[in-house]
Amino acid sequence: MTDPAAAVEPGVDIHEHAGIGDPNAHHHSPEQIRKEMRVYLAVFIGLAVLTAITVGACYGLNLPVHQAIIVALIIASIKGFLVAGFFMHLLSEKKVIYGILILTAIFFVFLMTLPISHHANPFGS
Amino acid sequence: MDAHASVGHAELEIPYNVHPRPDTGLYNAKLGVWLFLASEVMLFGALFSSLILLRTGADSWPRGYEFLNVKLATFNTFILILSSVTVVMAWSHLRLGNLKKGRIYISATVFCALVFLTAKGFEYAHEFRENRFPKTNNFLAIYFTMTGLHGLHILGGVIVFLYFLGPGAKMWAKEPERYTNRIEIVGLYWHFVDLVWIFLFPILYLM
Repeated sequence: MTDPAAAVEPGVDIHEHAGIGDPNAHHHSPEQIRKEMRVYLAVFIGLAVLTAITVGACYGLNLPVHQAIIVALIIASIKGFLVAGFFMHLLSEKKVIYGILILTAIFFVFLMTLPISHHANPFGS
Repeated sequence: MDAHASVGHAELEIPYNVHPRPDTGLYNAKLGVWLFLASEVMLFGALFSSLILLRTGADSWPRGYEFLNVKLATFNTFILILSSVTVVMAWSHLRLGNLKKGRIYISATVFCALVFLTAKGFEYAHEFRENRFPKTNNFLAIYFTMTGLHGLHILGGVIVFLYFLGPGAKMWAKEPERYTNRIEIVGLYWHFVDLVWIFLFPILYLM
């Protein structure tokens, strides 16, 4: 099968656009891929430990509600960073994806602030 | 006739189906799945926003751990995290050219997903036996809505994984790189589903 990208830009190897550690590059050396697999396993252990800490801190210690919320959300955010950063490769992604996610984050924050604006609205009740 | 058909085939070939575009650095499906995931963020975001509105507006709000099964939910969290690892391991083995190990890890992911759904089923059955339904109160309404929608996403992922284990695996023989890309795409979706649960678990069960 002809590579359409090569047809568009003759003489340019499209694979050279992707650098080391780039998840879009599928021409990594086997050593590089095996190294990534070890990282995935390390992240898994980290996520498992953080889950145990979340349960221990919120459930075992029986913290007051506001403290439980803060602790749980901080740990959940760290776990979210690990999943998004390593499993979804967002630590080394393309600018287009960052652009999509920044736009999404703006709308997401707006959604989260809607309840606050509702409670601040004197005509709301 | 054959030469004409060949030209026609070349004209119809979709560009950047396997290799990335030079300007974006992304192949079609990868850009598509991220746009889809952006819409998913807004879908679950609307429900999280509703949860905040209901909780901050309520005079009293039940703490999930007082009646929900935290141990089973913790087990499910481990299972879902494990399934995220098996997906990336499947993708990695496919990149190494090892279809057999790739399929083993995809099968492990499906197994984890089915364990998750089974455990969730036991949880739901227990709640129903205790006469706790979505109509009972706002907490249970949002609990069943969010965990139910999340469960449907798990089910959707299982269907896609089963497709790539079964008829979809034929792609490997002709286009192994495209098949590998497809597993990366469904993997991204799967990690997102995991990500949603990472926040659902403490918010619904531990607070």
